[in-house]
Amino acid sequence: MLDNYALAFNKCAGFPDLCTTFRTYLSTLKFCAIVWTVTLVLGFTIAYYLNFEIRSTTTRIVLALICTIPFWTSNVIRMISWIPLLGRNGLINQILLNLGVIHQPLEWLLYSDFSVTLALVHINTVFMIVPILNSMSRIDRSLVEAAYDAGATGWQTLWNVIIPLSKAGITIGSIFVITIVMGDFVTTGVMGGQQIASAGKVIETEIGALQFPIAAAQAIILLAIVLMIIWTLIRFVDIRKEL
Amino acid sequence: MRDRRSRIFYVLSIVFGLYVLFLYGPIITITILSFQGPNGGLTFPMNGVSLHWFSNLWAGIGVPNVVGALENSLKLGLVVTVLTVVISVMAGLAFRRKFRGRNALFYTAIASLTLPSIVVSLGIALEFQLANQSISAAGDSLVDQFGSSDNHSPVATVLGGIGAAIQDNFQTLMGLFTSGLGAHLTWTLPFGLLILFAVFNRFNRSYEEASRDLGASAWQAFRHVVLPIIAPSLLGVALFGFTLSWDEIARSSQAVGAVNTLPLTLQGLTTTVTTPVIYALGTVTTGISLAVIVCILGCVFFVQARRRRHGSDAGRGLV
Repeated sequence: MLDNYALAFNKCAGFPDLCTTFRTYLSTLKFCAIVWTVTLVLGFTIAYYLNFEIRSTTTRIVLALICTIPFWTSNVIRMISWIPLLGRNGLINQILLNLGVIHQPLEWLLYSDFSVTLALVHINTVFMIVPILNSMSRIDRSLVEAAYDAGATGWQTLWNVIIPLSKAGITIGSIFVITIVMGDFVTTGVMGGQQIASAGKVIETEIGALQFPIAAAQAIILLAIVLMIIWTLIRFVDIRKEL
Repeated sequence: MRDRRSRIFYVLSIVFGLYVLFLYGPIITITILSFQGPNGGLTFPMNGVSLHWFSNLWAGIGVPNVVGALENSLKLGLVVTVLTVVISVMAGLAFRRKFRGRNALFYTAIASLTLPSIVVSLGIALEFQLANQSISAAGDSLVDQFGSSDNHSPVATVLGGIGAAIQDNFQTLMGLFTSGLGAHLTWTLPFGLLILFAVFNRFNRSYEEASRDLGASAWQAFRHVVLPIIAPSLLGVALFGFTLSWDEIARSSQAVGAVNTLPLTLQGLTTTVTTPVIYALGTVTTGISLAVIVCILGCVFFVQARRRRHGSDAGRGLV
């Protein structure tokens, strides 16, 4: 009955060489960690800027719309759009060559871990911005004022007042980003030149080879990992209260 | 209140500007490159300016039917939009009452957002395969039992005929408007539900009660009071419904059956097409998305402006 799971972890007994499945999951987790960190910092910064530094409501709405409109356009197109910029003869290589910074085109810009990470950040930052902005917009300004009056520095206010009060948004954003990146196979496929493995890609390949039982076993493993992460995160927040 | 801007403001403004550039730079690049001259390549420099690649796209680019895929996506998107709006409203109304299993249902609906798309897609595909198999098996067993036997009662003949018809005609239940539609709804409905839960959480029931007191029936209260109040949010739900379906790829990948939607076709093209025609296709797709977004946002602003003009004059005094 567990044959399919055994097959999914085929040849995993022979340490120290990690088997393919473990390596794939490690690599997926690595992408996930990097993308999560970058989108969190970027998303938080932008939400902070929109909520605390922009004073007029109209400007805030317009700027927030500017950030969210690409979310409603095609992801594949947004990935393809990187090709003329990052390719071997792309804009970035041309500029760097002309400036004399490099003498040969950089190969690692496209179809590499770098381009996959870049595209994932590009597509998923909005999932951080919106929930964090939503949480921040409910912070009572007088709390921030009170912190200043009590002598807190900017960083102390940020760390002890604003971040704890934005916790719910941060959690929801993290859930979105982590689930999307863990299950991703389209971005990894297109931006990795179909050469980089990820948990989702493995499942897709197995479906393509009509190996449904193994694909299903892999899907359950992936699901279990994602649910464990979400379970951990969700203890920090009651989603119903956030609506 | 209008004190001087702090240094942080300027630093963050630069960060924000760079982020917007990062967000829009690539798409602007391919829009420019899609007007590449006939001899131009996939990258800069521009080799003249022309509509060559758009006409190339319109003529069909030698790949199976991009225009067909575009139509499929449009049709599916419209159906998904309508269903998403209708179901979300009904669910939103239902969730205003307490009923058994309320929380369980809520978390089940939201859980669909947090499942990896490939898992959902595979699940739907397998579900439909099982259904296919059982229908085929039913057809076979009907033919076995009644098809060629010497039992010539009318019932047996009809059952045998049904079995034969299944064997001859039935191929698959999977398709754009069965499994494909289901896959898209697993993605659009949770967004719609969340928006409407948020709307009804803030909904002031006294308007509704007032209309009841004035003798409105349940339907009238909904049609003339609740619906106009939530209308702008419904446009938002429609925006999510259409655009998410229009761009959906991961959940459709295993579940649309034989036909292809536009994003799936596009994904296939990324590995085979090496001319700017793919940029032209990208420009057209983004154009359609933007047109829908602008239309809907325009409608929202229009509704809100109209509401301000025709709204209540309560509290304005007798002027």
